[in-house]
Amino acid sequence: MSFKKLLAATGMLLCMGIAAQAAEPIKIGVYLPLTGQNAFGGQLELEGVQLAHKEMSQVLGRPVELVIVDNKSDKVEAANAVTRLTAKDKVTGIIGTYGSSLAMSGGEVAEKAKTPVIATSATNPLVTKDKKYYFRACFIDPYQGAGAATYVMQNLGFKRAAVLKDVANDYAVGLANFFASSFKKQGGEIVVNLNYNSGDQDFTPQLTQIISQKPDVLFIPAYFAEGAIIMKQARELGATFRIIGGDAMDNPETVKIGGQAVEGFLHTTFPYDMSMPNMNPAAKKFTENWKVAFPGKDPNVNAALGYTSYMMFMEAIKKANSTDREAVTKALAELKDFPAVTGTLTINATHDAEMPIGIIEIKDGKRVYKGEITPKM
Amino acid sequence: MMLTPELFIQHFFNALALGSLYGLIAIGYTMVYGILRLINFAHGDIFMLGAYFVFFSTIAFMPAWLAALLVAIALLIMFTTFRDKSKATPAWYWGAQALLLGLAGYYGFISPVEFQPPWVLAVFFAIAVTSACGIVVDRVAYQPLRDAPRISALISAIGISFLIENLGVVVFSGLPRAVRQPDMLVKPIIANISAITGNADSVVRISPMALIVPSVSLLLVSGLLWIIYRTKPGLAMRSISKDIETTRLMGVSVNKVIALTFALGSALAAASGIMWALRYPQIHPYMGVLPGFKAFIAAVFGGIGSIHGAMLGGLILGFIEVFITATFPALSGYRDAFAFVLLIVILLWKPTGIMGARTEEKI
Repeated sequence: MSFKKLLAATGMLLCMGIAAQAAEPIKIGVYLPLTGQNAFGGQLELEGVQLAHKEMSQVLGRPVELVIVDNKSDKVEAANAVTRLTAKDKVTGIIGTYGSSLAMSGGEVAEKAKTPVIATSATNPLVTKDKKYYFRACFIDPYQGAGAATYVMQNLGFKRAAVLKDVANDYAVGLANFFASSFKKQGGEIVVNLNYNSGDQDFTPQLTQIISQKPDVLFIPAYFAEGAIIMKQARELGATFRIIGGDAMDNPETVKIGGQAVEGFLHTTFPYDMSMPNMNPAAKKFTENWKVAFPGKDPNVNAALGYTSYMMFMEAIKKANSTDREAVTKALAELKDFPAVTGTLTINATHDAEMPIGIIEIKDGKRVYKGEITPKM
Repeated sequence: MMLTPELFIQHFFNALALGSLYGLIAIGYTMVYGILRLINFAHGDIFMLGAYFVFFSTIAFMPAWLAALLVAIALLIMFTTFRDKSKATPAWYWGAQALLLGLAGYYGFISPVEFQPPWVLAVFFAIAVTSACGIVVDRVAYQPLRDAPRISALISAIGISFLIENLGVVVFSGLPRAVRQPDMLVKPIIANISAITGNADSVVRISPMALIVPSVSLLLVSGLLWIIYRTKPGLAMRSISKDIETTRLMGVSVNKVIALTFALGSALAAASGIMWALRYPQIHPYMGVLPGFKAFIAAVFGGIGSIHGAMLGGLILGFIEVFITATFPALSGYRDAFAFVLLIVILLWKPTGIMGARTEEKI
């Protein structure tokens, strides 16, 4: 009996070999943290990639093969993973990774091996800085600052803004600078720009100063814990202006700490949310297919970014009409108005994905998805 | 930037609330230093524990937890009260024990209810538990080193500070939590000040805490001064601060008096932790670090060892911080740095502080 099985297996292998010779598969490497501290995000992104692969498993008439490597949430492992994918598997391109420090480590290797990589959700500006072969499917942190400025200007019609930021935090400083420059470029005025330090809990002198300048809106690129306290103190001091923040405020604790003071608070976020109204066709398709493939598990933005990364590679290979790494890199750099799950996506000069930004408002203690805005830089 | 009268009054009340909180924490530092010549670096972390205990005792208790808690308090009383073996145990002691165990049995098993303690009860409970923690810290970290060089106790203090912080991360988790505030403490008092500014619609908004904190501080300081200068244990404390060996020879139980000192110091830390949590309703295991340092600066500024000095130092520090931000908004990010610059200046210019007594040694 085992002889028969062996024969069958050999036969199958032979057939596959012949088929492969007929159309050699295009290899796409995936390096993500599937174990370790970032495993939660890595797993969701991998499932996003696999879902996209299921939808589009052929390009240029050849099958696509995924080579999946776990980078174990470790910088050394991330570099090893990229070495393996480029040297041994000789992949056309690589998808990965969750976690900016992992991406920076893998990026050095990919740059030397001249292999294009698309980062799924590494949002630190340094990941693609001065890199020819590294791209990303997400925007960088500070881009949200420009998004907030554009929303405040275009949708709310405010002309006078104040900024209060943590000077010891590069996320906050980045967002605040982009907010200020975008707001001024659109004809707005930053009436007052004040600072505090990480760990401060008393913001009353800064807020008193801000209130006296009578701005229409206050931008606070803070983390949720500080942000909620700032809003609370502002309202206690009689502030009536609107307040807007970044995605670090996207946490249920914001409402718990801030209570009534958080009502009407706006913050920016990635433009995908399961509950969003008026989904674009790509997002609708992604959400429906996800529900079939992973019943009982909600899709989130990480899954959407994994999915988008794979689709970006397929688009680039199609455009380049080749699997040559240089040609694919060139096609990726020129990617423009690509209909992705997260909205219409364009790769900019620094290889970041420019796409609309989602706006969320807190209403009756709940997050309400208000829609998207395309930031004016 | 120009300060209008309106702005000035608003800043004044902001500074008053912040400064008196610093002062209240500083008193705890200065008291332990005055009696033991020890800088209790764990004070900021005891402050954090006070805030956490009030957080845990204002959320609703499940019946089983409530019963366990009451039994724990009964045991705590049994082990911590100072009983004179030659006299009969006072009736209130057995009464309290019976009441606590009876309540535990009733709420835990006979009529299980979810219990939401009223604010006042939660505050007293938190202060009691924090005092017990202060005694434990003394017993574990300082008492074995009583006769060791002073530097050993200082290092032990730093060690216990890290221990409490990291234990806090393990037990309470590092995530910040929201503290429930009673409404009457949140609603700002809106005062019309048109008489001063001449402008009909000029108002200042004063947080009730800006008035409550100085009043409570004043009350606690008077109570503390009464204990130190008008009671027997206070006399023992003062005598320990002068000469620990002679005090021991006079038949004073030194360790018990020092335990009382720590209990009082920790009760003050708990009181300030609770008020801090009411003013800034978000707590996390590292919340005590920065206020602890600032209060330490306030204590040194006012003259370490002097209780009036600590309060004054706290107020001055609060006013400097607020008015630096108010007059030079561009420097608002360097607010914390000013506190430390102040420490350096005072150490260079007048190491004993504004109201400090002249002493031979300092750490």
